[in-house]
Amino acid sequence: MTSTDIRAVYLEELLRVAPDLDADSIGDDDHIQDDLELDSMDVLNLVAALHERLGVDIPEKDYPEIATPGRAVGYLSKAA
Amino acid sequence: MTQDGETTLTGAAAAGQTGARAAHPEGSGEAWTEARRLIDGWKGGVNIAHEALDRHVAAGHGGDLAIRWLGKSGERRDLSYADLTAEASRFANVLMDHGLRPGESVFAMAGRVPELYAAALGTLKAGMIFTPLFSAFGPEPVRTRMEIGGANVLVTTESIYRRKIASWAGEIPTLKLILILGDAAPEGCVALGPAMAAAPPEFETVATGPDDPALIHFTSGTTGKPKGAVHVHKAVLYHAYSGRKALGLEPGVKYWCTADPGWVTGTSYGIIAPLVNRVTMLIDEAEFDLDRWYSTVQDERVEVWYSAPTAIRMMMREGAEAAAPYDFSSLQFLASVGEPLNPEAVVWSEKVFGQPFHDNWWQTETGGIMIANRPGMTVKPGSMGQPLPGIEAGIVESEDGTLRELPPGEIGELALRPGWPSMMRAYLHEQARYDKCFVDGWYLSGDLAMRDADGYFWFVGRADDLIKTSGHLIGPFEVESALIEHDAVAEAGVIGVPHETAGEIVKAYVTLNPGVTPSDDLERDIRGHARKRLGPAVAPREVVFRKTLPKTRSGKIMRRLLKARELGLPEGDISTLETDET
Repeated sequence: MTSTDIRAVYLEELLRVAPDLDADSIGDDDHIQDDLELDSMDVLNLVAALHERLGVDIPEKDYPEIATPGRAVGYLSKAA
Repeated sequence: MTQDGETTLTGAAAAGQTGARAAHPEGSGEAWTEARRLIDGWKGGVNIAHEALDRHVAAGHGGDLAIRWLGKSGERRDLSYADLTAEASRFANVLMDHGLRPGESVFAMAGRVPELYAAALGTLKAGMIFTPLFSAFGPEPVRTRMEIGGANVLVTTESIYRRKIASWAGEIPTLKLILILGDAAPEGCVALGPAMAAAPPEFETVATGPDDPALIHFTSGTTGKPKGAVHVHKAVLYHAYSGRKALGLEPGVKYWCTADPGWVTGTSYGIIAPLVNRVTMLIDEAEFDLDRWYSTVQDERVEVWYSAPTAIRMMMREGAEAAAPYDFSSLQFLASVGEPLNPEAVVWSEKVFGQPFHDNWWQTETGGIMIANRPGMTVKPGSMGQPLPGIEAGIVESEDGTLRELPPGEIGELALRPGWPSMMRAYLHEQARYDKCFVDGWYLSGDLAMRDADGYFWFVGRADDLIKTSGHLIGPFEVESALIEHDAVAEAGVIGVPHETAGEIVKAYVTLNPGVTPSDDLERDIRGHARKRLGPAVAPREVVFRKTLPKTRSGKIMRRLLKARELGLPEGDISTLETDET
């Protein structure tokens, strides 16, 4: 999977968890909790969805690695 | 006193008239004598801020550390009792300079930043009434609460203001002042930073009476709008007492309450009880993060830790191995509130932290912890514990219009004998709903529970349709109202369904308007709509489509039936069912 594919999967699952977001206005450095206002349950749901789609186990201590689209692509590319 | 203040006092007086408290006149009993010894009183009355701040400074403890604040990005700020008193005084002066007067109402909506604590305490110093709002609320819950509460002042951040409030703030007729944290403010608002800097750091605390309103906390109803539970300055007796008895808060103790001040726990036990007991409070601005939390307990040498089942279950998910590298030897007492703590979590925490989490039980209406596994008591995993000394609790059942107390082992409604000092004095402008809480000399909690032969209480479920998710009580009506504002939605029924981490999550059943077809895109669009209006904590995590919803003859959606079916439980009495779910 290319990093473009991974980015697309990440954004798709992010929008499924938080459909109030506008896909076009999400920046690579937007923090999913601080900027996009996901709560901790949303984060858990996102982690579960990414696991489902990419087969990646994301332990709690790595949650900061998926906290922005930019960081997530790097982290998931390595892990997937 | 403003009009609002008079209304709330009418509510309090009426509670006495209905006999709700007649059987247990306030202030009687050994426990309350002990509680009164924990506070000083102020000019013949009581003021929470005097007990929390002024008296400690006057007694020579101004240099003691009141707050250690940890910012999201690693910032640290220490505030001594003298510092916090000065900040609260500046805030009180800002309010008075803008023409606000005792009895007026101050709402706050912000993250866990030091200014929020200064605002809460400054409001109380000024004899005004403080109402916190959860910062993740969407615009609708905020507006409803500000309208019911007749907000005169709002303290918030520029970001929250622009995104959630600016478009309708002008339509709240009572609103006189909007204070924005930081150095700049949008048009029509006042920047709090420069205003605080210009205000004098001294303010003589207003001499409030014991029954003057101090705090209004909103809580959800099954039907109708949220209820504003009114608490008075005298409640501080119970904040002091229960903080000491149920959590072990003593002067100098290092204490971390993880609850947000947007909810009642974060105010009663995240601001008032700890400061009145002169502890050092740790405040973490960030949201739950496992390593950050464990490091904080270790590095700050936290002694008393008050948290919630959702967070504890998130720790458990990562297992004991994730906790193993940390030193938890500073911990002396761990407590949990918000929803029942499962027995596995109690056992797990004892293994991992060397101390079990002690579950306790109370509500917005009770103002303080009523039933607890207290320090020194044997913890029964899964039980909420025993009533605090001075609190009389019972399990009751309605029989021919009167209440009957049930013997141990039987399930009924958890009830309390009214009269403890922090009991709510009114639901704002809702006398009838308030009166309904008191029957036959009992306060009815709405929770179903059981008492065992040893006097421990066990939570069974809610007697009504309210949803407990991540420790927050959510009224289905508020969620349903937002859902039917969506163009495609005709009707909505909202229930809580069990969830391993959150306790329950909010799930919605909706029917669609003619001509609209269900689809995944529509499901998402409806959830997105609800999240924008309600915020993520309140909006449904799941929306399912139905052709019809189960309804009674009078057209009421039978949430109870939706839930029974969701859980695969017996459907119970369905004699009132007129149209069924399809």
